[in-house]
Amino acid sequence: MEWKETGFILGVRPYGETSALLESWTRDHGRAMGLVRGGLSRRWKGILQPGNRIVLNWRGRFSEQLGVFIVEADHLYASELMNCPLALLALNVMNELVHIIPERDPHPRLFDSYEHLLNAMSKGYVWLADLVRFELKVLSELGFGIDLTSCVATGDVDNLVYVSPRSGRAVSRSAGLPYSDRLLPLPPFLLDDTLVTNDIPLLLQGFKLAGFFLDRHVYSFRKIAPSCMREILIKRLILL
Amino acid sequence: MARAAIGSEIEKLIRLFSGLPGLGLRSARRVVLYLIKREEQLLRPLSRALEMVADSIKICSCCGNIDTTDPCCVCIDPKRDLSVICVVEDVSDLWALERARVMNSHYHVLGGVLSALDGISPHDLNIKRLIERACVPEVQEILLAVNSTVEGHTTAHYITDILGDCNVRVSRLAQGIPVGGELDYLDDGTLAAAINARTIF
Ligand SMILES: [Zn+2]
Repeated sequence: MEWKETGFILGVRPYGETSALLESWTRDHGRAMGLVRGGLSRRWKGILQPGNRIVLNWRGRFSEQLGVFIVEADHLYASELMNCPLALLALNVMNELVHIIPERDPHPRLFDSYEHLLNAMSKGYVWLADLVRFELKVLSELGFGIDLTSCVATGDVDNLVYVSPRSGRAVSRSAGLPYSDRLLPLPPFLLDDTLVTNDIPLLLQGFKLAGFFLDRHVYSFRKIAPSCMREILIKRLILL
Repeated sequence: MARAAIGSEIEKLIRLFSGLPGLGLRSARRVVLYLIKREEQLLRPLSRALEMVADSIKICSCCGNIDTTDPCCVCIDPKRDLSVICVVEDVSDLWALERARVMNSHYHVLGGVLSALDGISPHDLNIKRLIERACVPEVQEILLAVNSTVEGHTTAHYITDILGDCNVRVSRLAQGIPVGGELDYLDDGTLAAAINARTIF
Protein backbone atom coordinates (compact mmCIF):
# COMPACT_ATOMS: atom_id res chain seq x y z
CA MET A 1 0.00 0.00 0.00
CA GLU A 2 1.22 3.44 -0.83
CA TRP A 3 -0.13 6.96 -1.13
CA LYS A 4 1.17 10.47 -1.58
CA GLU A 5 -0.59 13.60 -0.38
CA THR A 6 0.08 17.03 0.98
CA GLY A 7 -1.03 17.42 4.57
CA PHE A 8 -0.47 19.10 7.92
CA ILE A 9 1.43 18.01 10.99
CA LEU A 10 -0.72 17.62 14.09
CA GLY A 11 1.97 16.31 16.38
CA VAL A 12 5.22 14.40 16.62
CA ARG A 13 6.37 12.03 19.33
CA PRO A 14 9.70 10.27 19.78
CA TYR A 15 9.66 6.66 18.61
CA GLY A 16 12.72 4.82 19.81
CA GLU A 17 15.79 6.96 19.93
CA THR A 18 15.98 8.43 16.46
CA SER A 19 12.61 7.99 14.77
CA ALA A 20 9.49 10.09 15.12
CA LEU A 21 5.86 9.00 15.24
CA LEU A 22 4.12 11.57 13.05
CA GLU A 23 0.42 12.34 13.28
CA SER A 24 -0.71 14.05 10.10
CA TRP A 25 -3.94 15.46 8.74
CA THR A 26 -4.72 15.02 5.07
CA ARG A 27 -7.66 15.77 2.83
CA ASP A 28 -8.15 12.32 1.31
CA HIS A 29 -6.72 10.03 3.99
CA GLY A 30 -7.92 11.89 7.07
CA ARG A 31 -5.81 11.67 10.19
CA ALA A 32 -2.89 9.43 9.34
CA MET A 33 -0.06 8.11 11.51
CA GLY A 34 3.32 6.88 10.42
CA LEU A 35 6.98 6.67 11.32
CA VAL A 36 9.58 9.10 10.07
CA ARG A 37 12.94 7.36 10.24
CA GLY A 38 15.53 9.70 11.71
CA GLY A 39 12.72 12.17 12.41
CA LEU A 40 14.27 13.31 15.69
CA SER A 41 17.43 14.53 14.00
CA ARG A 42 18.32 18.20 13.91
CA ARG A 43 17.66 18.21 10.17
CA TRP A 44 14.00 17.24 10.62
CA LYS A 45 13.13 18.96 13.90
CA GLY A 46 12.38 22.31 12.29
CA ILE A 47 10.23 20.75 9.61
CA LEU A 48 8.33 18.30 11.82
CA GLN A 49 6.55 21.02 13.80
CA PRO A 50 2.77 21.15 14.32
CA GLY A 51 1.01 23.24 11.67
CA ASN A 52 3.64 22.77 8.99
CA ARG A 53 2.37 21.63 5.59
CA ILE A 54 4.43 18.79 4.17
CA VAL A 55 4.33 16.32 1.31
CA LEU A 56 3.69 12.88 2.77
CA ASN A 57 4.62 9.63 1.08
CA TRP A 58 3.02 6.85 3.12
CA ARG A 59 4.02 3.23 2.67
CA GLY A 60 2.85 0.22 4.63
CA ARG A 61 1.96 -3.42 4.11
CA PHE A 62 -1.68 -3.00 5.08
CA SER A 63 -3.72 0.16 5.30
CA GLU A 64 -4.34 -0.46 9.04
CA GLN A 65 -0.68 -0.91 9.81
CA LEU A 66 1.57 1.81 11.18
CA GLY A 67 3.37 2.70 7.98
CA VAL A 68 6.42 4.73 7.20
CA PHE A 69 6.37 8.31 5.95
CA ILE A 70 8.90 9.86 3.65
CA VAL A 71 8.29 13.60 3.99
CA GLU A 72 9.24 16.81 2.26
CA ALA A 73 8.70 20.37 3.48
CA ASP A 74 6.01 22.32 1.63
CA HIS A 75 4.90 25.40 3.61
CA LEU A 76 6.34 25.94 7.07
CA TYR A 77 3.53 27.73 8.87
CA ALA A 78 4.88 27.01 12.37
CA SER A 79 7.71 29.51 12.24
CA GLU A 80 5.32 32.15 10.84
CA LEU A 81 2.98 31.73 13.80
CA MET A 82 5.55 31.45 16.58
CA ASN A 83 5.57 35.15 17.41
CA CYS A 84 1.79 35.45 17.56
CA PRO A 85 0.55 33.99 20.88
CA LEU A 86 -3.11 33.97 19.86
CA ALA A 87 -2.41 32.16 16.58
CA LEU A 88 -0.19 29.60 18.33
CA LEU A 89 -2.96 28.89 20.83
CA ALA A 90 -5.46 28.59 17.98
CA LEU A 91 -3.18 26.14 16.18
CA ASN A 92 -3.03 24.03 19.35
CA VAL A 93 -6.84 24.16 19.68
CA MET A 94 -7.32 23.16 16.03
CA ASN A 95 -4.88 20.26 16.29
CA GLU A 96 -6.48 19.02 19.49
CA LEU A 97 -9.86 19.02 17.76
CA VAL A 98 -8.62 17.19 14.67
CA HIS A 99 -6.91 14.71 17.00
CA ILE A 100 -10.30 13.51 18.27
CA ILE A 101 -11.44 12.55 14.76
CA PRO A 102 -11.05 8.82 14.08
CA GLU A 103 -7.97 7.76 12.12
CA ARG A 104 -8.13 7.21 8.34
CA ASP A 105 -11.50 8.95 8.16
CA PRO A 106 -11.42 11.69 5.50
CA HIS A 107 -13.23 14.99 6.16
CA PRO A 108 -12.37 17.09 3.10
CA ARG A 109 -14.56 20.08 4.03
CA LEU A 110 -13.05 20.27 7.49
CA PHE A 111 -9.58 19.93 5.97
CA ASP A 112 -10.30 22.90 3.69
CA SER A 113 -11.45 24.97 6.67
CA TYR A 114 -8.29 24.04 8.57
CA GLU A 115 -6.11 25.11 5.67
CA HIS A 116 -8.07 28.33 5.17
CA LEU A 117 -7.79 29.20 8.86
CA LEU A 118 -4.05 28.53 8.99
CA ASN A 119 -3.55 30.69 5.92
CA ALA A 120 -5.54 33.53 7.44
CA MET A 121 -3.54 33.31 10.67
CA SER A 122 -0.18 33.31 8.92
CA LYS A 123 -1.15 36.30 6.78
CA GLY A 124 -2.48 38.27 9.77
CA TYR A 125 -6.07 38.44 8.52
CA VAL A 126 -9.02 38.61 10.90
CA TRP A 127 -9.62 34.94 11.72
CA LEU A 128 -11.06 34.43 15.23
CA ALA A 129 -14.63 34.01 13.94
CA ASP A 130 -13.33 31.31 11.62
CA LEU A 131 -11.93 29.45 14.61
CA VAL A 132 -15.40 29.35 16.20
CA ARG A 133 -16.84 28.18 12.86
CA PHE A 134 -14.13 25.52 12.72
CA GLU A 135 -15.06 24.23 16.18
CA LEU A 136 -18.70 23.95 15.14
CA LYS A 137 -17.67 22.21 11.91
CA VAL A 138 -15.73 19.62 13.88
CA LEU A 139 -18.87 18.93 15.92
CA SER A 140 -20.94 18.71 12.77
CA GLU A 141 -18.46 16.31 11.10
CA LEU A 142 -18.64 14.13 14.20
CA GLY A 143 -22.43 14.09 13.87
CA PHE A 144 -23.21 16.65 16.58
CA GLY A 145 -23.82 19.73 14.46
CA ILE A 146 -26.06 22.50 15.69
CA ASP A 147 -28.91 23.53 13.43
CA LEU A 148 -29.20 27.26 12.77
CA THR A 149 -31.57 27.17 9.78
CA SER A 150 -34.78 28.10 11.58
CA CYS A 151 -36.35 28.68 14.98
CA VAL A 152 -37.05 25.40 16.77
CA ALA A 153 -40.23 26.84 18.30
CA THR A 154 -41.80 28.89 15.49
CA GLY A 155 -40.00 27.87 12.30
CA ASP A 156 -39.02 31.50 11.68
CA VAL A 157 -35.87 31.99 9.63
CA ASP A 158 -35.30 35.60 10.65
CA ASN A 159 -34.22 37.20 13.94
CA LEU A 160 -32.44 34.08 15.15
CA VAL A 161 -30.53 35.23 18.23
CA TYR A 162 -30.38 32.23 20.58
CA VAL A 163 -29.53 28.54 20.54
CA SER A 164 -31.38 26.07 22.70
CA PRO A 165 -28.86 24.13 24.80
CA ARG A 166 -31.22 21.18 24.86
CA SER A 167 -31.84 20.69 21.14
CA GLY A 168 -28.85 22.54 19.67
CA ARG A 169 -31.25 24.44 17.39
CA ALA A 170 -31.71 28.16 16.81
CA VAL A 171 -34.41 30.15 18.61
CA SER A 172 -35.85 33.46 17.38
CA ARG A 173 -35.78 36.64 19.47
CA SER A 174 -39.54 36.68 20.14
CA ALA A 175 -39.83 32.98 20.94
CA GLY A 176 -36.74 32.99 23.17
CA LEU A 177 -37.21 36.22 25.08
CA PRO A 178 -39.20 34.73 28.01
CA TYR A 179 -36.48 32.08 28.58
CA SER A 180 -33.46 34.09 27.48
CA ASP A 181 -31.51 33.30 30.68
CA ARG A 182 -31.65 29.61 29.83
CA LEU A 183 -30.63 30.00 26.16
CA LEU A 184 -27.20 30.48 24.61
CA PRO A 185 -26.71 33.76 22.71
CA LEU A 186 -26.14 33.23 18.97
CA PRO A 187 -23.70 35.78 17.48
CA PRO A 188 -24.62 36.93 13.93
CA PHE A 189 -21.32 35.78 12.41
CA LEU A 190 -22.43 32.17 12.84
CA LEU A 191 -25.44 32.77 10.59
CA ASP A 192 -23.35 34.22 7.77
CA ASP A 193 -19.98 32.65 6.94
CA THR A 194 -18.90 35.75 5.01
CA LEU A 195 -19.17 38.02 8.07
CA VAL A 196 -15.76 39.10 9.35
CA THR A 197 -15.61 40.35 12.92
CA ASN A 198 -13.12 41.28 15.59
CA ASP A 199 -15.81 42.16 18.12
CA ILE A 200 -14.55 40.47 21.29
CA PRO A 201 -17.90 40.15 23.15
CA LEU A 202 -19.47 38.53 20.06
CA LEU A 203 -16.48 36.22 19.61
CA LEU A 204 -16.70 35.21 23.26
CA GLN A 205 -20.39 34.41 22.75
CA GLY A 206 -19.34 32.18 19.86
CA PHE A 207 -16.68 30.40 21.92
CA LYS A 208 -19.17 29.92 24.75
CA LEU A 209 -21.69 28.40 22.36
CA ALA A 210 -19.19 26.05 20.71
CA GLY A 211 -17.65 25.26 24.11
CA PHE A 212 -21.01 24.20 25.51
CA PHE A 213 -21.54 21.61 22.77
CA LEU A 214 -17.88 20.53 22.70
CA ASP A 215 -18.16 19.84 26.40
CA ARG A 216 -21.39 17.90 26.02
CA HIS A 217 -20.44 15.81 22.99
CA VAL A 218 -16.68 15.50 23.38
CA TYR A 219 -15.14 16.33 26.78
CA SER A 220 -17.87 15.19 29.18
CA PHE A 221 -18.99 12.43 26.86
CA ARG A 222 -15.50 10.97 26.56
CA LYS A 223 -14.64 11.84 30.17
CA ILE A 224 -11.61 13.89 29.11
CA ALA A 225 -10.45 17.21 30.55
CA PRO A 226 -11.55 20.26 28.54
CA SER A 227 -8.80 21.75 26.40
CA CYS A 228 -6.48 23.93 28.47
CA MET A 229 -5.24 25.64 25.27
CA ARG A 230 -8.80 26.74 24.57
CA GLU A 231 -9.15 28.09 28.11
CA ILE A 232 -5.89 30.02 27.80
CA LEU A 233 -6.98 31.43 24.43
CA ILE A 234 -10.34 32.59 25.80
CA LYS A 235 -8.68 34.15 28.88
CA ARG A 236 -6.34 36.02 26.56
CA LEU A 237 -9.31 37.29 24.52
CA ILE A 238 -11.05 38.55 27.65
CA LEU A 239 -7.92 40.56 28.53
CA LEU A 240 -7.66 42.13 25.06
CA MET B 1 15.77 -27.27 26.75
CA ALA B 2 18.39 -24.82 25.55
CA ARG B 3 21.49 -24.58 27.72
CA ALA B 4 22.14 -21.15 29.25
CA ALA B 5 25.61 -19.85 28.44
CA ILE B 6 25.20 -16.81 30.68
CA GLY B 7 24.00 -16.81 34.29
CA SER B 8 20.66 -15.18 35.02
CA GLU B 9 22.19 -12.33 37.12
CA ILE B 10 24.45 -11.34 34.25
CA GLU B 11 21.59 -11.74 31.79
CA LYS B 12 19.53 -9.37 33.96
CA LEU B 13 22.35 -6.81 33.98
CA ILE B 14 22.62 -7.01 30.19
CA ARG B 15 18.90 -6.43 29.87
CA LEU B 16 19.06 -3.40 32.19
CA PHE B 17 21.92 -1.90 30.18
CA SER B 18 20.13 -2.52 26.88
CA GLY B 19 17.36 -0.21 28.09
CA LEU B 20 19.74 2.75 28.29
CA PRO B 21 19.76 5.41 25.56
CA GLY B 22 22.09 4.50 22.72
CA LEU B 23 22.49 0.85 23.75
CA GLY B 24 20.96 -2.24 22.20
CA LEU B 25 21.33 -5.83 23.41
CA ARG B 26 24.54 -6.30 21.48
CA SER B 27 26.29 -3.24 22.87
CA ALA B 28 24.90 -3.97 26.34
CA ARG B 29 26.65 -7.37 26.24
CA ARG B 30 29.89 -5.65 25.33
CA VAL B 31 29.52 -3.12 28.16
CA VAL B 32 28.80 -5.81 30.73
CA LEU B 33 31.73 -7.94 29.62
CA TYR B 34 33.96 -4.86 29.68
CA LEU B 35 32.88 -4.08 33.26
CA ILE B 36 33.30 -7.64 34.48
CA LYS B 37 36.84 -7.75 33.14
CA ARG B 38 37.63 -4.59 35.12
CA GLU B 39 36.06 -5.47 38.41
CA GLU B 40 38.19 -3.34 40.75
CA GLN B 41 38.74 -0.31 38.47
CA LEU B 42 35.18 -0.09 37.14
CA LEU B 43 32.52 -2.56 38.16
CA ARG B 44 32.70 -2.03 41.93
CA PRO B 45 33.22 1.77 41.83
CA LEU B 46 30.32 2.01 39.36
CA SER B 47 28.08 -0.07 41.57
CA ARG B 48 28.97 2.06 44.62
CA ALA B 49 28.45 5.31 42.68
CA LEU B 50 25.05 4.15 41.42
CA GLU B 51 23.93 3.23 44.89
CA MET B 52 25.17 6.50 46.35
CA VAL B 53 23.38 8.58 43.72
CA ALA B 54 20.21 6.52 44.12
CA ASP B 55 20.29 7.12 47.88
CA SER B 56 20.99 10.82 47.75
CA ILE B 57 19.25 12.09 44.59
CA LYS B 58 17.02 15.09 45.22
CA ILE B 59 14.93 17.43 43.13
CA CYS B 60 15.68 21.00 44.15
CA SER B 61 12.53 22.44 45.73
CA CYS B 62 13.57 25.90 44.55
CA CYS B 63 14.48 25.46 40.88
CA GLY B 64 13.65 21.86 39.95
CA ASN B 65 17.26 20.90 39.17
CA ILE B 66 18.50 17.42 40.02
CA ASP B 67 21.26 17.25 42.61
CA THR B 68 22.23 15.43 45.77
CA THR B 69 21.37 18.41 47.96
CA ASP B 70 18.21 20.48 48.29
CA PRO B 71 18.52 23.41 47.54
CA CYS B 72 20.85 22.42 44.71
CA CYS B 73 24.42 23.66 44.27
CA VAL B 74 23.29 26.28 41.71
CA CYS B 75 20.69 27.77 44.04
CA ILE B 76 23.13 28.13 46.98
CA ASP B 77 26.05 29.42 44.89
CA PRO B 78 26.72 32.96 46.24
CA LYS B 79 28.66 34.00 43.12
CA ARG B 80 25.64 33.80 40.84
CA ASP B 81 23.66 36.76 39.59
CA LEU B 82 20.46 36.87 41.63
CA SER B 83 18.72 39.26 39.25
CA VAL B 84 18.29 36.80 36.36
CA ILE B 85 16.42 33.49 36.31
CA CYS B 86 16.91 31.41 33.20
CA VAL B 87 13.88 29.19 32.52
CA VAL B 88 14.53 25.86 30.78
CA GLU B 89 12.33 22.92 29.79
CA ASP B 90 14.44 20.15 31.21
CA VAL B 91 17.43 19.49 33.47
CA SER B 92 19.41 18.49 30.37
CA ASP B 93 18.99 22.06 29.06
CA LEU B 94 20.30 23.46 32.35
CA TRP B 95 23.30 21.18 32.07
CA ALA B 96 23.89 22.25 28.46
CA LEU B 97 23.90 25.95 29.41
CA GLU B 98 26.23 25.24 32.34
CA ARG B 99 28.60 23.27 30.09
CA ALA B 100 28.77 26.20 27.70
CA ARG B 101 29.54 28.53 30.67
CA VAL B 102 27.42 31.26 29.10
CA MET B 103 25.07 31.90 32.02
CA ASN B 104 25.95 32.98 35.52
CA SER B 105 22.33 33.21 36.54
CA HIS B 106 19.95 31.12 38.52
CA TYR B 107 17.74 28.60 36.73
CA HIS B 108 14.23 27.31 36.78
CA VAL B 109 13.35 23.89 35.33
CA LEU B 110 9.78 23.65 34.02
CA GLY B 111 9.80 19.88 33.65
CA GLY B 112 8.26 19.95 30.17
CA VAL B 113 6.22 22.20 27.90
CA LEU B 114 2.52 22.77 27.25
CA SER B 115 1.34 20.23 24.72
CA ALA B 116 -2.06 19.98 23.10
CA LEU B 117 -1.86 16.38 21.92
CA ASP B 118 -0.13 15.08 25.04
CA GLY B 119 -2.59 16.95 27.25
CA ILE B 120 0.10 18.74 29.25
CA SER B 121 -1.46 21.75 30.98
CA PRO B 122 0.09 24.52 33.14
CA HIS B 123 -0.70 22.47 36.26
CA ASP B 124 1.65 19.75 35.07
CA LEU B 125 4.57 22.17 34.89
CA ASN B 126 6.67 23.84 37.61
CA ILE B 127 5.11 27.26 36.93
CA LYS B 128 3.62 28.22 40.30
CA ARG B 129 7.03 28.20 41.94
CA LEU B 130 8.42 30.30 39.07
CA ILE B 131 5.85 33.02 39.74
CA GLU B 132 6.81 33.05 43.43
CA ARG B 133 10.48 33.37 42.53
CA ALA B 134 9.83 36.08 39.92
CA CYS B 135 8.08 38.21 42.53
CA VAL B 136 11.16 38.37 44.79
CA PRO B 137 12.43 42.00 44.64
CA GLU B 138 16.04 41.07 43.65
CA VAL B 139 14.83 39.32 40.49
CA GLN B 140 14.75 41.69 37.52
CA GLU B 141 14.76 39.46 34.48
CA ILE B 142 13.24 36.12 33.49
CA LEU B 143 15.04 34.67 30.48
CA LEU B 144 12.88 32.08 28.70
CA ALA B 145 15.41 29.63 27.26
CA VAL B 146 12.85 27.16 25.92
CA ASN B 147 13.32 25.24 22.71
CA SER B 148 12.37 26.90 19.45
CA THR B 149 9.37 24.65 18.83
CA VAL B 150 5.63 25.25 18.62
CA GLU B 151 5.24 23.80 22.12
CA GLY B 152 8.20 25.76 23.50
CA HIS B 153 6.85 29.04 22.11
CA THR B 154 3.30 28.32 23.29
CA THR B 155 4.72 27.79 26.77
CA ALA B 156 6.90 30.92 26.57
CA HIS B 157 3.94 33.13 25.59
CA TYR B 158 1.86 31.64 28.39
CA ILE B 159 4.56 32.31 31.01
CA THR B 160 5.03 35.85 29.68
CA ASP B 161 1.31 36.51 30.24
CA ILE B 162 1.34 34.94 33.69
CA LEU B 163 4.36 37.04 34.75
CA GLY B 164 2.60 40.22 33.65
CA ASP B 165 1.80 41.13 37.25
CA CYS B 166 5.34 40.56 38.55
CA ASN B 167 7.71 43.45 38.21
CA VAL B 168 10.22 41.68 35.93
CA ARG B 169 11.50 41.98 32.38
CA VAL B 170 10.79 38.85 30.34
CA SER B 171 13.30 38.01 27.60
CA ARG B 172 13.88 35.02 25.36
CA LEU B 173 16.65 33.54 23.28
CA ALA B 174 17.16 34.76 19.72
CA GLN B 175 16.33 32.32 16.95
CA GLY B 176 17.99 31.88 13.59
CA ILE B 177 21.29 30.91 12.05
CA PRO B 178 23.61 28.98 14.38
CA VAL B 179 27.25 30.05 14.71
CA GLY B 180 29.16 28.44 11.86
CA GLY B 181 25.93 27.70 10.03
CA GLU B 182 26.04 27.89 6.26
CA LEU B 183 22.79 28.81 4.58
CA ASP B 184 22.68 25.98 2.07
CA TYR B 185 23.11 23.42 4.85
CA LEU B 186 20.35 24.74 7.09
CA ASP B 187 16.97 23.08 7.33
CA ASP B 188 13.96 24.98 6.00
CA GLY B 189 12.47 25.55 9.46
CA THR B 190 15.58 27.33 10.74
CA LEU B 191 15.83 29.39 7.57
CA ALA B 192 12.19 30.44 7.82
CA ALA B 193 12.61 31.37 11.50
CA ALA B 194 15.77 33.34 10.73
CA ILE B 195 14.04 35.26 7.94
CA ASN B 196 11.01 35.98 10.13
CA ALA B 197 13.19 37.14 13.04
CA ARG B 198 15.56 39.24 10.92
CA THR B 199 16.99 42.41 12.51
CA ILE B 200 18.22 45.74 11.13
CA PHE B 201 21.98 45.55 10.51
ZN1 LIG C 1 18.08 24.69 42.69
